[in-house]
Amino acid sequence: MSLRNTARAWPTLLRVGFAEAVAYRAEMFIWVLATTMPLVMLALWSTVAREAPIGRYGETEFTAYFLATFVVRQLTGSWVFYDMNFAVRNGTLAMRLLRPVHPLWTYAAEALAAMPLRLVVSLPVAIIALVVVGSRGITHDPVLWGMWGASVIGAWLITLLVNLLIGCASFYIESSLKLMDAWLVFFFVLSGYIIPIDLFPAGLRAIVAWLPFRFQIGFPVEVMTGAHDRAGALALLGGQWLWVLAGFVATALAWRGGLRRFAAYGG
Amino acid sequence: MIRVRALRKRFDVHERSPGVAAAFRSLFRRRTRPVLAVDGIDLDIAPGERVGFLGPNGAGKTTTLKILSGLLHPTSGEVHVDGHEPRRREDAFLKKIMLVLGQKQQLLWDLPASETFELNRAVYDVPRAEYEATLRELYDLLELRELVNKPARTLSLGERMKCELAAALIHRPCVLFLDEPTIGLDVTTQATVRDFVKRYNERSGATLILTSHDMGDVEQLCPRVVLIDHGKLVYDGALDRLVARTRPDKRIVLRFARPVDARDLAHLGSLVQHDAGQSVLQVHKDAVNAVVGHALAQLPVSDLLVESAPLEEVMSELFKRGRSGPGDRPGADMSDEAGEASR
Repeated sequence: MSLRNTARAWPTLLRVGFAEAVAYRAEMFIWVLATTMPLVMLALWSTVAREAPIGRYGETEFTAYFLATFVVRQLTGSWVFYDMNFAVRNGTLAMRLLRPVHPLWTYAAEALAAMPLRLVVSLPVAIIALVVVGSRGITHDPVLWGMWGASVIGAWLITLLVNLLIGCASFYIESSLKLMDAWLVFFFVLSGYIIPIDLFPAGLRAIVAWLPFRFQIGFPVEVMTGAHDRAGALALLGGQWLWVLAGFVATALAWRGGLRRFAAYGG
Repeated sequence: MIRVRALRKRFDVHERSPGVAAAFRSLFRRRTRPVLAVDGIDLDIAPGERVGFLGPNGAGKTTTLKILSGLLHPTSGEVHVDGHEPRRREDAFLKKIMLVLGQKQQLLWDLPASETFELNRAVYDVPRAEYEATLRELYDLLELRELVNKPARTLSLGERMKCELAAALIHRPCVLFLDEPTIGLDVTTQATVRDFVKRYNERSGATLILTSHDMGDVEQLCPRVVLIDHGKLVYDGALDRLVARTRPDKRIVLRFARPVDARDLAHLGSLVQHDAGQSVLQVHKDAVNAVVGHALAQLPVSDLLVESAPLEEVMSELFKRGRSGPGDRPGADMSDEAGEASR
């Protein structure tokens, strides 16, 4: 598959993907409402911190952290594994394979095309965050904001690649839904989604530093809330993009091997 | 255009007996059985040919089509389609072919068919002017104008198949694979689809390979048929020759000016159908002239027709032979012909 061909088709893929996301708009909004866990955690931790700060987190810091978590989650979420798992199992992947655009690019386009609708939800929350916590809980450094942008792209890519990789697992184990369930258990606990990572015990924090979960949520949130200086953020950004690279390689290998096993069941 | 040599495809199929105990056992030990879906097929198809793949369910027809279109990797053997190895799925190859699966859809389910057409225009890189000319032609031939702005999920089966065909032809493929294209369609839509496919072949010179259990599709579209059974090619040649060899008998349809008693017909041949105004006799092809002469001389015949046995019956007989044992496969007496045709 040539990249030139894919690049040429990309704007149409995005436009059609957006049209599909809009077709499911009611479902989309319900799904967005279902991802309000950070807001629940915000209420919980803010109440606890009212008595005394926990680590570096007072009430304001917790508010900033979990509103940032909500925004980052909205900007980086992806569920393409579900479509892919279904397509491999019932053979409809065949219709994507017949087109001269790599199916993984089409899945990526569909994930990206849902972004404008997510922005509609996350932008007001970002504005509310700014009003509620003032400028204290958020970094003022434009360089860190630049790194935040790169970290959100990295987080989105890791999440997308994990989805594609688990989708590819369907070639080998027929259904990969439970694999995603297992991944999500670790993701929720170890990504900083429900507890900031710097509140983990030191031993666990050291382990988490070597895993990809933090780079999906915690790291961009930490950059946004000013938890790192430029040098620290840059080092972590390097680590995050190494995971992106590893994800690309693993997904490409799983796809290539998986296609040989694809049985194109049905009709 | 298409060259296939010693093509084999093996699937390892997971098997398990029913019941909880078997389900539990399969957690620890999976039993698989190798199934040879395609077993040493040789085939050559020239540009512009219309070829029908025939065979009972599970014979290997669709598997062969999927290998030819690059969806499945062959276990062994050689496959070339217009100089490309399909399993590589190069852009240049994918732009030349299309596979329409009657039981799968490429239309975007929640969007109007026009969105799928536009998507295909982009991914196949069809110039805008050419795309619009193709669409105008497809809209007219398939009467699509009223349909293309409705979400695909709201279309009837027949309407959807017409839109599927249009989506498949946006890039004007030079090889078209059709797997059960008329399955579930009403008689009128079947006729529209067949007529359209035939016209596309005649106008564009595209090669057409079709699998169908509807013998009407095969009769009207495919001068050449390839019979596949148990993964093996057992006949490759003209459809009428296959019919003549399988059922050398002919049917004589007699219409009478006044009622005729069945006993007056019994000595002429095997009576397949009889009512007051019409009878159908089955006779050996060499006896047709004699029987017709006798009937015209002795019976009040007002109309007469000589025809071959219906293709459905011929196929049914062939497939039954195949199921009766390995030594009596469909077309077993035609293996020389298959070899001849594929060379």
